[in-house]
Amino acid sequence: MINNLNILLPEIFLSISIFFILMVGVFVNKSYNLVTNLSFLSLIILILIIFNNDNTSIKIFSESFVRDSYGNFIKILILLGSIFVLYSSQLFIKENNISKFEYPIIILLAILGMFFMVSSNDLILFYLGLELQSLALYILAAIDRDNTRSTEAGVKYFVLSALSSGLLLYGCSLLYGFTGSTNFEIINSQIDPDSTGSIFAMVFILVGLAFKVSAVPFHMWTPDVYEGSPTSVTSFFSVVPKVAGLAVIIRFMQTPFANILVEWQSIIIFISVASMILGAVAAIGQNNIKRLIAYSSIGHIGYALAGVATGTISGYKSSIVYITIYVVMNIGVFACIFLMKKDGKYTEEIKDLSGISKRHPLLAISFLIILFSLAGIPPLGGFFAKFYVFMSVIESEMYVLAIIGLLTTVISAFYYLRIIKIIYFDNLIKPLDQIKNINITGTIFLSCFILITFFLYPAALNSIVNLAFDY
Amino acid sequence: MNFPILSSIIFLPLLGAIFIFLFKDDKENNKSAVYVSLFTSLANLILCLFLWSLFDRDFSGFQFVEEKNWISGLIKFKLGIDGISILFIILTALIAPICIISCINSVKERVKEFLIAILILETFMIGVFSSLDLVIFYLFFEAGLIPMFLIIGVWGGPRRVYSAFKFFLYTLLGSVLMLVAIITIYWLTGTTDLVEIYKIRIPKEYQHILWLAFFSSFAVKMPMWPVHTWLPDAHVEAPTAGSVILAAILLKMGGYGFLRFSIGMFPVASEYFVPLIYFLSVVAIIYTSLVALMQEDMKKLIAYSSVAHMGYVTLGIFTFTKQGLDGSIYQMISHGLISAALFLSVGVLYDRTHSRLINFYGGVVNYIPKYSLIFIIFALAALGLPGTTGFLGEFLILIGVFKKNYLIGLLATIGVVLAAAYMLWLSKRVIFGDVKNQEIKALKDINFLEGTILSVLVIFIIVFGFYPDPLLDTMNVSVNDLLDNYQKDLIHHLKAGK
Repeated sequence: MINNLNILLPEIFLSISIFFILMVGVFVNKSYNLVTNLSFLSLIILILIIFNNDNTSIKIFSESFVRDSYGNFIKILILLGSIFVLYSSQLFIKENNISKFEYPIIILLAILGMFFMVSSNDLILFYLGLELQSLALYILAAIDRDNTRSTEAGVKYFVLSALSSGLLLYGCSLLYGFTGSTNFEIINSQIDPDSTGSIFAMVFILVGLAFKVSAVPFHMWTPDVYEGSPTSVTSFFSVVPKVAGLAVIIRFMQTPFANILVEWQSIIIFISVASMILGAVAAIGQNNIKRLIAYSSIGHIGYALAGVATGTISGYKSSIVYITIYVVMNIGVFACIFLMKKDGKYTEEIKDLSGISKRHPLLAISFLIILFSLAGIPPLGGFFAKFYVFMSVIESEMYVLAIIGLLTTVISAFYYLRIIKIIYFDNLIKPLDQIKNINITGTIFLSCFILITFFLYPAALNSIVNLAFDY
Repeated sequence: MNFPILSSIIFLPLLGAIFIFLFKDDKENNKSAVYVSLFTSLANLILCLFLWSLFDRDFSGFQFVEEKNWISGLIKFKLGIDGISILFIILTALIAPICIISCINSVKERVKEFLIAILILETFMIGVFSSLDLVIFYLFFEAGLIPMFLIIGVWGGPRRVYSAFKFFLYTLLGSVLMLVAIITIYWLTGTTDLVEIYKIRIPKEYQHILWLAFFSSFAVKMPMWPVHTWLPDAHVEAPTAGSVILAAILLKMGGYGFLRFSIGMFPVASEYFVPLIYFLSVVAIIYTSLVALMQEDMKKLIAYSSVAHMGYVTLGIFTFTKQGLDGSIYQMISHGLISAALFLSVGVLYDRTHSRLINFYGGVVNYIPKYSLIFIIFALAALGLPGTTGFLGEFLILIGVFKKNYLIGLLATIGVVLAAAYMLWLSKRVIFGDVKNQEIKALKDINFLEGTILSVLVIFIIVFGFYPDPLLDTMNVSVNDLLDNYQKDLIHHLKAGK
């Protein structure tokens, strides 16, 4: 039993620190700064704990919880993503009066949910983790409660997400009915590829997961919620839950649904192609940068799912590499958006960026690097992400998927270029406010640095991901 | 060879660019930025000439090969040159300082950024010509889009946005298909190392589709009819230095790609698609020459003439004869010099009057005789007057074509006449004739800097026009190798087919 607790150490530590920080928040006046710093501290300690975690695969609690290198890698990615998102959004949070002490605590709760999600080896634990994460995210979307847009986003997200969770739960129960167990391994051995019931269950579960990663056709909430929520929350939404969702999809494919891979694959291919196309086409007409990033993230999830669609280990690895680079790019792009402030007000209109390269050369060049990287132009990091995915897609001889994917990169290059055009080619109408904030500039610098220097040693990330899959 | 001379040539301009990037943005620094970039690009030119002197002309295969592990187990960072690529590298290194000097007069704002873009572009261009790995090649090939997009878009003319987008998306669309092909080749052969792939030989049944994928990229870059439409737009809107680089070097990447990749890797498909190439090239030669005849904008005229000249190049490459290949490479180098020179000359006029319309000018010779002399030399070189590089290239290509196909040779020859027509007519309308405009009377003749860069080009065009041996000797062995391997591969596949 004590050994078991040792394995569960990250989750236990996180839960205890959440309660502790919550108490601090409640009993100390004006505790936002204190709570935030404590949260940073606990997140950093968590990273250290997980680093020191043993990487051998162990299942505990009647095999419902699994600790392995894959889970550890994803957890570290989630933690790093959350730390940088939270770190770069501090100024925004304070200036928009959403600096309530609940904010970081809710993020910690969401992270706890994701931890259970990615480590679950049982449908029940998986669902509980997913719900914990989702509930935290609903509140987060509506955190700016005096703002109608934010509350609308929260409610919209809640209603749709509850529906998808319901479908997912229905799928889980069907699966239980057809296989007689909620344990992933037993499901794997009991599932019958010819039974319509298990296929139905699989489809329902996939619908729920696709909703969480906002893949087409379950993406409708994404643009509205991204636009309505405060930017700091949007940046969290666009980064961290995506990682967790994708990680879970891959885990589902590896264990419970490994035997019905063919059926599952055909759905993922459809979702992937649809996401890539919609992400590319729908973003063209957007004028709000957050909406644009929403569609762009739909497209990116499509590329990541293309790697998953191969159904091979190298494909899964390439998706994880993809999502890692995506995290770096999106953190960078949102850090840039945090600097979009005009006349003391934060702006989201793309046209407000017009001509800023003359007055803000460094911001402009950062935007340039990150956007070209999102478009997947070499030698930036984003290219390698796509390169690995298409490597594995073509390895599985899915040429059509590869060609569609690459053609949509051309289409999506158009809207990234449009932003660059506005920044660089258009005339300056009015400069942005000068914001000197080390949090934001540091994050942007780090993101750009990684994206530029990625080509020097692109194997580094691969070898880490290889380790993650080595269980 | 211990000293990594190729990597230093590739990354020296990048270092210069980083150095300039660290400068503060003000007038004083703009000047020193020009000096720094000029210094780096000249140093690079000297390094390239040094490389040329070290280059062993009788050695078959690749020299100065550098290999590093890059993506472990997948891809090696492999560089190396042969007699063909070294010429393009020297051309690039020669054009870059010329562009930098030309921008002293023509670029007035954001000088620092412009120089950074040019230097980064130089890095990528040299990288394209010296990479021996498909993925590395693709990396450099695509990366060049970013600086060029910015050069057209930021410093370009009134319709710069449209042109920059068209340039970027056309090229990107072409090259993503190449990426699919590259990855497919990796899974077929287990490597993306070019030398290995030459040895392994790609199976016959895959060659045609892969050839088409590479073709889509190179044809856009080249550009071949009917995907050439981005070129006139990009040329017209780009600033002078941008047009020079575009015409002199970026277009050559297509031809170089055909030589190194299409012929080298897919001999069966190359042979199979000869009629397609001949057809497209002949259409390009005749049709775009006719279109050039009707242009009102000088830059557009030169752009269309570039398409026609590139038509000769593809024609020559796909004759698979010694003369044809020699001629094509020679034509590419010569077009690199001549089109650069022509764009620079147009730039000289444009800087003074801000017009590129042919109708605007007339009788220029009466007021700026030195300029007119140089312009006429370039125009004659462009139409292929014997004694200039332009003649040699076309002549060799036509010999090659006549060997293979009489009819195509005959049709291609029409292009020579048409080239003479549009170039002479252009000179007649711009340089000679009546003075149509008061502004022309106020024109100043070329200044020292312009004189220097233009006369350097004149010297090269005439010297290599009379004495082509240094260039032909350099590529001789490599071209022979290319043809030998091609024939061997073809025979190998024919035998395997039976």
